[in-house]
Amino acid sequence: MVTENAAAKRRTGTIIVMALLVVLLALISLGVGPVRMSPLKVLETLFGGGSDVYRVIVQEIRLPRTILAVAIGAILGLSGAALQGLLRNPLASPSLFGAPQAAAFGAVLVIALGLADVRSYALPGAAIIMAFLSVFALLVVAGRNAGLLILILAGLAISSLAGAATALAMNLSSNPFVALEIAFWLLGSLEDRSFRHVMLALPFITIGAIILMSQRNALRALSLGEETAQSLGVHVGSLRLIVILGVAFGVGGAVAGTIGFIGLIAPHLMRPLVGYDPARLLVPSALAGAALLLAADIAVRIIPSTSDIKVGVLTSLIGVPFFLYLIMRERRALGGGVG
Amino acid sequence: MMDAFLTAHKLSVTLAGREVLHDISLALPRQHLVALVGPNGAGKTTLLRALAGLLPARGAIHVGGDALSALSLRERAKRFGYLPQGHMVHWPLPARDIVALGRYPHGATDPARLSPTDEAAVERAMQATDVTQFSTRPATELSGGERSRVALARVLAVEAPVILADEPTAALDPRFQIEVMKNLRAAADSGILAIVVTHDLGLAARYADMVMVMQEGRLVAQGAPAEALSDEILANVFRVTAYRTGHEHRMIIVPWAGV
Repeated sequence: MVTENAAAKRRTGTIIVMALLVVLLALISLGVGPVRMSPLKVLETLFGGGSDVYRVIVQEIRLPRTILAVAIGAILGLSGAALQGLLRNPLASPSLFGAPQAAAFGAVLVIALGLADVRSYALPGAAIIMAFLSVFALLVVAGRNAGLLILILAGLAISSLAGAATALAMNLSSNPFVALEIAFWLLGSLEDRSFRHVMLALPFITIGAIILMSQRNALRALSLGEETAQSLGVHVGSLRLIVILGVAFGVGGAVAGTIGFIGLIAPHLMRPLVGYDPARLLVPSALAGAALLLAADIAVRIIPSTSDIKVGVLTSLIGVPFFLYLIMRERRALGGGVG
Repeated sequence: MMDAFLTAHKLSVTLAGREVLHDISLALPRQHLVALVGPNGAGKTTLLRALAGLLPARGAIHVGGDALSALSLRERAKRFGYLPQGHMVHWPLPARDIVALGRYPHGATDPARLSPTDEAAVERAMQATDVTQFSTRPATELSGGERSRVALARVLAVEAPVILADEPTAALDPRFQIEVMKNLRAAADSGILAIVVTHDLGLAARYADMVMVMQEGRLVAQGAPAEALSDEILANVFRVTAYRTGHEHRMIIVPWAGV
């Protein structure tokens, strides 16, 4: 059919453009900092050209940060799209449901108790477990087919609980370095990341991405509702657990701390371009997430300020107004949820 | 009667501590349109769900000679086309993609990549329900009647031997009520067992080969429309009297007054 081919072409075009945008932003990100470089200069340096100093700056200092921005942004966009598909709700996102806050609590607990070095696998491990528990608890509390209002309220409660638990951990820790490390986790930042962090994050992010991508067709069938999806042969119960697990791996593995709202915004930016099919939205959302986080991380380095702005703070500053806009747009549906 | 294709033996279902289906036994052959009627809360939807294996039930269900409990979810999905009430679509997917989801049990999980067999099944279903012209329209932009025809096309596309349809004519104007029943009648004539929940006794009497009457979780009558919808059963189960006549060799029944 002609129009269907047109939709497929448009989607492929969108994916190519977004991928190019991510590459361009990555090159800009590698060139931004105390020593500024043009994208062309960055390209040359990346492939072994330029002076030794430039190579160290690009390859060892800035490359890990850029890789993490791409990977973390992508998994956040992917998680958001998958969660919106699972709950069949355009306002769903990991950050609204307290998952990053719970993940941060897991990490903070490990740091505060001195259980492990801040660069060990125990940190993302604890973060993943807490993120999984928080989303699982959310779905248990909210129940099947929960309306948006219930989900948001339960998410609010869970993120408040995680916040309070984190505050308690900070309160009880006597070591000022611990408090500093915790603050870093809570604000969300990509500063001073090394390849060690990349090695720490990438395995978990990759596993999370594979898990979420493997469920894409089941998410599409879920568009017809849980009962119909089940009648078509979808194990809805295990689908739910698998998606939560994927989101937990992604959010918990993101060693950059709490970076909110990318997962909410990315799918919305892509829907007008690639359509509403939850399965076909996953890859474009991941690319949009990567582009958003790269752009935000470039912005925090360009915006003149006396001290560093954390990238998690910036994404929230942009994300919350966007969320308010979405609420306004979905107001009628929300009102229906209350009645 | 022909060989039974779908049988249930002493089927009971308990939901939230309350037994909502009691000891239901039935044996239904293929090539039949069966109307399932009964007052609100009689357990019609629960029976459909139990037959499709969508909720836990005690007792035994056999479909095509196999115990339902021994079939995988996917095998079940190939044998039952299930059309729920309200046929909700949560995202504005194109109508054709929704119909194509009917091929999901056959392994065609991506509507963009259908095998020729799956493609042909989708085409047939869309032509039968006259929805081909909506192919690329988002389902959420269709009218109620158009949407329910797309939902029916999705169920037909499964090409399952059994169709379970929960109030497929609700919220449709008279013309599309007749269209939907004609579609289901044609499916039955082609060899399918179609079980259709309806509140419309007139449609049940006109299109069904057999009517099953439920009351408070029990099957209280089953048989040809004239027997199962007798004056006595209408008075006892539905608390109505009925006006009866005939047209084109079919029984016409119109609920007339409360008793």
